[in-house]
Amino acid sequence: MNKDQHQTIIGSQPDSRGHFGPYGGIFASETLMAALEELRQAYEHYLQDPAFIAELDDDLRHYVGRPSPLYFAERWSERVGGARLYLKREDLNHTGAHKINNTVGQALLAKRMGKRRIIAETGAGQHGVATATVAARLGLECVVYMGVEDIQRQAINVYRMKLLGARVVGVTSGSRTLKDALNEAMRDWVTHVDDTFYIIGTVAGPHPYPAMVRDFQAIIGREARAQILDQAGRLPDALVACVGGGSNAMGLFYPFLDDAEVALHGVEGGGEGLKTGHHAAPLCKGRVGVLHGNRTYLMENEDGQINATHSISAGLDYPGVGPEHAWLKDSGRATYHAATDDEALSAFHELTRIEGIMPALESSHALAYGAKLARQMTPENIIIVNLSGRGDKDIHTVAEIEGMTL
Amino acid sequence: MSRISRRFDELKQNSRRALIPFVTAGDPNPAVTVPLLHKMVAAGADVLELGVPFSDPMADGPVIQRASERALAQGICLHRVLEMVSEFRERDDETPVVLMGYLNPYEAMGYEAFAEAAGAAGVDGVLTVDLPPEEADGFVHALDAVDIDPIFLIAPTTTPQRVAAICARARGFVYYVSLKGVTGSQMADVDSIAEKVAEIKAHTRLPVGVGFGIRDGASAARVAQVSDAVVIGSILVQQLEALEQKPEEISHKVPALVAEIRAAMDAVS
Repeated sequence: MNKDQHQTIIGSQPDSRGHFGPYGGIFASETLMAALEELRQAYEHYLQDPAFIAELDDDLRHYVGRPSPLYFAERWSERVGGARLYLKREDLNHTGAHKINNTVGQALLAKRMGKRRIIAETGAGQHGVATATVAARLGLECVVYMGVEDIQRQAINVYRMKLLGARVVGVTSGSRTLKDALNEAMRDWVTHVDDTFYIIGTVAGPHPYPAMVRDFQAIIGREARAQILDQAGRLPDALVACVGGGSNAMGLFYPFLDDAEVALHGVEGGGEGLKTGHHAAPLCKGRVGVLHGNRTYLMENEDGQINATHSISAGLDYPGVGPEHAWLKDSGRATYHAATDDEALSAFHELTRIEGIMPALESSHALAYGAKLARQMTPENIIIVNLSGRGDKDIHTVAEIEGMTL
Repeated sequence: MSRISRRFDELKQNSRRALIPFVTAGDPNPAVTVPLLHKMVAAGADVLELGVPFSDPMADGPVIQRASERALAQGICLHRVLEMVSEFRERDDETPVVLMGYLNPYEAMGYEAFAEAAGAAGVDGVLTVDLPPEEADGFVHALDAVDIDPIFLIAPTTTPQRVAAICARARGFVYYVSLKGVTGSQMADVDSIAEKVAEIKAHTRLPVGVGFGIRDGASAARVAQVSDAVVIGSILVQQLEALEQKPEEISHKVPALVAEIRAAMDAVS
């Protein structure tokens, strides 16, 4: 793509009602329209407010622990054979993943807007933990919605949230996973719209969430860009990040959108393989539709009913994807791939054994594709892989697959 | 003149408020729906609201969520819903039918294809919970081509500017969601409903229907005194759920509930 084309993309996204090309928008209940407008105004105002930015920067530095390192994975690069692989270490953030960048930002916004009650949805529990964490710190009431299937799979994160003072509400409707938790959080918000702030954990939902969450996560890409220029003296050839809803990928990609020489690769949950239908890869295999407030690629049947998804990683187990990714896909600025459960699992083991870094299963999808891409390149080339979270939360899943009882 | 306008004109001449029952198409099984629609008309329903089941009904409470799940488990799809409307029209060409649902099934079929099929089936209005007017241009355009009314919602939180803008685009009737919450919640107080209905009526001559939270004859009667139409959904769906294993009783008990509410409304008008 030439420079002019993608400049147009950036300049035009999103429009005042949150459209990224044909994607995004505001497909919400009338009851929420005023609250979404109030949020949009607050977000646009405070992102220009030096005092807000200073408080956010201070929190990111002293509470989250930023900047996160950009680490040259030398042994892994040698093992893979090809490009030099760098890891953006979001796993070293407080609470162990990139999710906290966004919850810190939205919670500060909630405080400024005078909201006393925080709600969130969660799948793997990372966003729920990151939300319960900031709510505890600001003394806000916190309710987290989680599908009962996920509650069983992620017992440790459920208990972490309870320890942090959050109320975890099990969702028994639909497929009892992340998408149903999101439905239930929306129902809560409609009912308590006056005093409640809904912290969405990914770059999806009605405007302004996709743009707002991206802006809070863009710290990842801003740091990575400065760090690679400092360490390698040039921009990378490619960025790789996993995509469920797509917040860690959007956060890494966004500050590089103007750098046409940097290729952007998103990696979806390929489950048991794209041909089996048991996966979570709407960008690779989905159709365009409307769900959870925005138009985007979805996993759905011919009647427009949302399909159950499958991924080894609960954080990728979602039938939709952020609308900006849909637009980046169509425009050709980013390309999207899938890594299977097995590929992610072997990347999990490889990085753990070779670098002593245990990645989250979500991030392991990005590592799997990163290695594949690196093998097509030479040591002259540089790839940054977003290590979006740490793998401690997944050891039970991994152990179970290997037939171990902990 | 559309069936909806004709029906509301007749009601106005008779100083009668419309009763609009809601059931989900295919709940609890597909054989029940069309006979039930006819029986509800006989029991005093003026307009019928037919729910199009959706896998992720974000604006609905647990009662109507489960109705959607039951219908989907029976294999109900949008095509099948439209077949039911056609079948209903074979014996009733007067009573307006409004589809209530979410946008994605229409997206999947394609707006033009859906509008054409809905028009041919005899659908009169389409109320789409997750489609605010700002996003509705393409959909409304397709519905216009076949003279189907897009029914828009107004909520307690809708700002005065939005009330004006929505009324300017509204057709058929305006649906006031009487409370902040999902379907089947506790009803809001009638004074606050009266106030908002008056605000809406300052911007439009269309009838204003009120729904969400109306659960018996008494509350329907109170709402009927301050609006043009009363929508009842969750209490009917609760009955359908209770009779899932005794479907032969549905065509008697559910219309009886409609008749009871009709009588309560007529007693005060």
